[in-house]
Amino acid sequence: MPTFFEAKQLVTPGEILAEGEYQVGENTYLEGGKIYASRIGLVDCDNKKVNVVALRAFYVPKPGDIIIGSVIEVGFNGWTIDIKSPYTAMLRASDVLSRPFKPQNDELSQVLDAGDLIVAKIASYDRAHDPQLTVGEPGLGKITRGQLMRVIPTKIPRIIGRKGSMISMIKTETNCQIILGLNGMILVTGKTTAEEELAMAAIKKIEDESHTSGLTDRITQLLKEEKAKLEPKVEPNPEENKQ
Amino acid sequence: MNDKQEKLIDKKGIRLDGRKADELRSLKMQVGVLPNADGSAYVEHGKNKILVGVFGPREVHPKHLSRPDRMVIKCRYHMAPFSVPERKSPAPSRREVELSKVIRESLEPALFPELYPRTGIDVYIEVLQADGGTRCASITAAALAIADSGIPMRDLVVACAAGKVEDTVVVDLYDAEDKLGAADVPVAYMPNLNAVTLLQMDGILTPDELEKAMNMAIDGCKQIYVMQKEALKNKYMNVKEENKEEEPEE
Repeated sequence: MPTFFEAKQLVTPGEILAEGEYQVGENTYLEGGKIYASRIGLVDCDNKKVNVVALRAFYVPKPGDIIIGSVIEVGFNGWTIDIKSPYTAMLRASDVLSRPFKPQNDELSQVLDAGDLIVAKIASYDRAHDPQLTVGEPGLGKITRGQLMRVIPTKIPRIIGRKGSMISMIKTETNCQIILGLNGMILVTGKTTAEEELAMAAIKKIEDESHTSGLTDRITQLLKEEKAKLEPKVEPNPEENKQ
Repeated sequence: MNDKQEKLIDKKGIRLDGRKADELRSLKMQVGVLPNADGSAYVEHGKNKILVGVFGPREVHPKHLSRPDRMVIKCRYHMAPFSVPERKSPAPSRREVELSKVIRESLEPALFPELYPRTGIDVYIEVLQADGGTRCASITAAALAIADSGIPMRDLVVACAAGKVEDTVVVDLYDAEDKLGAADVPVAYMPNLNAVTLLQMDGILTPDELEKAMNMAIDGCKQIYVMQKEALKNKYMNVKEENKEEEPEE
C-alpha cells in the first residue's frame, strides 16, 4: 500500500498517487486498484484519503452554497442567473417577493433587472435539473455597492484560511466587508475605493500564490506596507492647512 | 524516384533533416497562452506550430446537441491559410473535418463525460504552420489545453507518429518523409494507463514493421509526455521559485 508522492507535491492529470488501502478524495479517481490525479494541483493525504487541491477548476453547484451571480434574463415567473458554472441557475419570483406572486400585478424587472448582481444560496441542484436559488435569508439579495472580483473557485478555502484566519485578517486590516461566493465571485465593500482595492490586491495575491507556503506572512506584510502608503496621504492634508 | 530515395536517408542512417531513425524533432510547449480561453496551449513540434484554446464545460448551443447523460465534446481542427506553402482555403476541407473527428475521439477516453451532463466543451485547434504530423502535435497540444482548463482527465494524451522511409522504420516523420515515405503510423497514447487512443496507418507495412513502428511511436510519446508534464508544471513552478519554496519535484 505505497504512495507515490510527497506532501504538497505538484501533480498533473494521470499521475499515479497511491495504491492499495487508500481512499479516493477530491480530484482523484480509482482505476485497477490505483489512485490517479484527475486535475493539476497539489496532493495531500488525510487519514488514508488522497486529495488533490486543484489549481485550475470550475464551479459545480452544491445545495447550501452561498454564491454571487448576475441576472441574465427576466422571465415570466423568475430570473435566469449566471453563476459562473457550467449550469445557469433559476431564481423564482415567489422566492423573492414575500407575498404570492401574481404576474398581472408584479413587474419582475422592477425587482431585479438584467445585469443586476445578487448574493444567493443554492436551494437545490442535481444532475437532471439546473440549480434553483433562494434569497430568503438574511444577508442574501441584491448587491447595491462594492466591487466584484473573480477567482478560481478552488482557491476560496485558501482565501478563508484556517478557521477563517486569512479572511478575517484582511477584513480587519482593510476595514472592508467581504462576501466570498463559493463560485469564485467575491464582493468587497469598504468605506473608500483605496481600501477596497487593497483588499482585492491581497485576495489576488492569495489566488496567484495559493500553492506556496508562508503565504499568511506575505499577505500580512503586503497589507502593512500598502496601508502605510495609504495613511500618509490622509495626514499631510491637515498639516498643509495649518501652514 | 531513386534520386529522392537517396536523399531521404543516407548510408549512415541519418535522415534528410539530420536526425537518426529514433530521434524526435525538437519540441517546445507552453500552457495558458490565451487569457480569454478557459484553457490553452501552444506547441512547436519541429516546424509545426499549433495553438489550442479550450472552452467549457458550458451550455451547448444549439440546445438539441446536448445530451442528458453526458458532456459533449466538440473539436475543430483548422489550418490557417498561411500554414502551408500553397495558400490553403480557410473553409473546412474534407481532411480537416476528418481530423477533427479523429482528434476528438482520441481525446474522449481521457475525459469523464458522464460527470457533467447537459454541458459541452469546445476544443479549437489552429495550425499556424504545418510540417507533417500535425494531428499528433494537435492531440498533444489539445490535451495540455484541456488539463490547463481544469476539466478532469484520466490522463494526458500524447501523440507521436512512426513510419517507414527507405525500408527503415523511423519515428516522428516530417512533411517530406510523410509524402515520399512508404508508410505513416500516428499513435495517440495515455502513458500512465498504458492505453492507445488513436492508431492509424497510411501506407503498407508488414506485421513486424507495424509492431516496430508502434513501439517506436509509443517510445516517442513517452518522451513527449515528460515535456508535456514539465510544461504544465512550469506555469506554477515560477511562482514557487520566486518565493524560495521547497521544491517537491521528483
